[in-house]
Amino acid sequence: MSFLSQINWSLMMKAIQETLYMTIISLLFSILLGLVIGLILFITQKDSLYPQRYIFMILNLCVNILRAIPFIILLICLMPVTKLLVGRILGAKAALPALICSASPFYARMCMIALTEVDKGTIEASKAMGATNWQIITKVLLPEAKPALISGIALMGISLVGYTAMAGAIGAGGLGDLAYTYGFARNNLVVTYVSTCFVVLIVFVIQGIGDYIVKKLDKR
Amino acid sequence: MISIQDVSKTFSTHEKQVEALKHCSLDINNGEIFGVIGYSGAGKSTLVRIINQLERQTSGHVFIDGVDISSLSKKDLMKKRMKIGMIFQHFNLLWSRTVKDNIALPLEIAKVPKDKRQEKVKNLIQLVGLEGRENAFPSELSGGQKQRVGIARALANDPTILLCDEATSALDPETTESILDLLTKINHELGITIVLITHQMEVVQKICHRIAVMSEGEIVETGTAKTIFEHPQHPVTKRFVKDISHTGNIERIDQELKTLYPDGVILRLTFDESISDKPILANIIRQTDLPISIVNSHLTHSIAGTLGVMYIHVPEKTTKLDQFIELLVTERVKVEVV
Repeated sequence: MSFLSQINWSLMMKAIQETLYMTIISLLFSILLGLVIGLILFITQKDSLYPQRYIFMILNLCVNILRAIPFIILLICLMPVTKLLVGRILGAKAALPALICSASPFYARMCMIALTEVDKGTIEASKAMGATNWQIITKVLLPEAKPALISGIALMGISLVGYTAMAGAIGAGGLGDLAYTYGFARNNLVVTYVSTCFVVLIVFVIQGIGDYIVKKLDKR
Repeated sequence: MISIQDVSKTFSTHEKQVEALKHCSLDINNGEIFGVIGYSGAGKSTLVRIINQLERQTSGHVFIDGVDISSLSKKDLMKKRMKIGMIFQHFNLLWSRTVKDNIALPLEIAKVPKDKRQEKVKNLIQLVGLEGRENAFPSELSGGQKQRVGIARALANDPTILLCDEATSALDPETTESILDLLTKINHELGITIVLITHQMEVVQKICHRIAVMSEGEIVETGTAKTIFEHPQHPVTKRFVKDISHTGNIERIDQELKTLYPDGVILRLTFDESISDKPILANIIRQTDLPISIVNSHLTHSIAGTLGVMYIHVPEKTTKLDQFIELLVTERVKVEVV
């Protein structure tokens, strides 16, 4: 195992921390934003609870545009905004705006699909009970869509791990950055492989947690 | 009283307009079980949804106890809906909630305090006969049990009206029977007006006091169950009555004859069109010399064609009887012992 001595472990630990930091913070923000946008998209679409053609059209367009831009381009495009918001364009914190801008439309779309899959009959039944739209959302739609919403979070988390690696390219740090600048650029491939292993490990953990929760929740 | 007055409903899509209801008028009295029967696409689902305004009519009025419900504000309409229970063909339960939480949902919506909710749920579970299944999830229940949950849920806010949208169409005949018994019990004990829509004639025949027949968005016939069954006027009604006389009547006749002739053997002979013009029975009686009496006979029409059904009574079981049956079978007559 002597090849492991070629690794600077304190750098590796710092990189893992940065990757986890970027993933978790952007995940939390994207869940909130994505859920709100996804809900608005769902209820404002045609024949839904609160049809609003123009709100739906505009929001839908924004989601589609943000989802169409490749992440690496978005990262560069958002640099001025990042500077304004975070105050700098380097470091893990500076990667957050781009990560959130990319992940929340993705999650919004998944929320919309999850909500669309809720049995229309249950919505009709709750309307017949005299429920308000807010009651339908909180008591019927969200609980019934929960497993799909959770597996969407796992899926988004995994994508985010990938995005953080790309963010490393513009100096955000993290495992992707380590694998590239220390491993590839300095021809120390062991670093690349070990950091990749950690990335894979993080992805597995996220998927495992997601699957476990979904299995616990799903009573269908 | 529910009074539907000259209600029309048109659904518009990009390509065309569909008239689901055409100038429908109907009065449903308090405390009665009212059946609306029609083939699929007749507009009966739309009609029942007009009553709780899940669908808004294009023109006309709906009055419930004198109040025009289409003129109610959104808030008042929601309050009114709490007093109109509804059950569905596919039950529409929340899979994420247990039986007792499903029943509690309308109470939560009506903002009933928690301790009252629990008490109410307990009583409802007892009423529909689901004791012991309180903590089961819908996926663990049979169809009949699911509909019982649906009924309990619909009754949670003490409604005065219960709307049943094809409530037994997804159930097997035996379960249908038990659900209909439950509905009758609810009507009887709680005095709730029940509006029941179905395409199953057996259902309206069994429990409805009065019936409306719908076809292509129109109410073509209204009347008491008895008049509709005995003197159907409209072709659609006649078709429904014919359908039922084929299956439902046979069971009834079987029962009647058994009580009339407790001794001996009753046989049901069925002749189809191809052999009904031959003197089969006369020949066989001559050959076997069996003392039979014809106790009932009729023609039934079904999609399979016209069938002649004859019931005969034989005082005792003899070898002559066996021979008689054998000869009938060789002549392709269907013989069943009742």
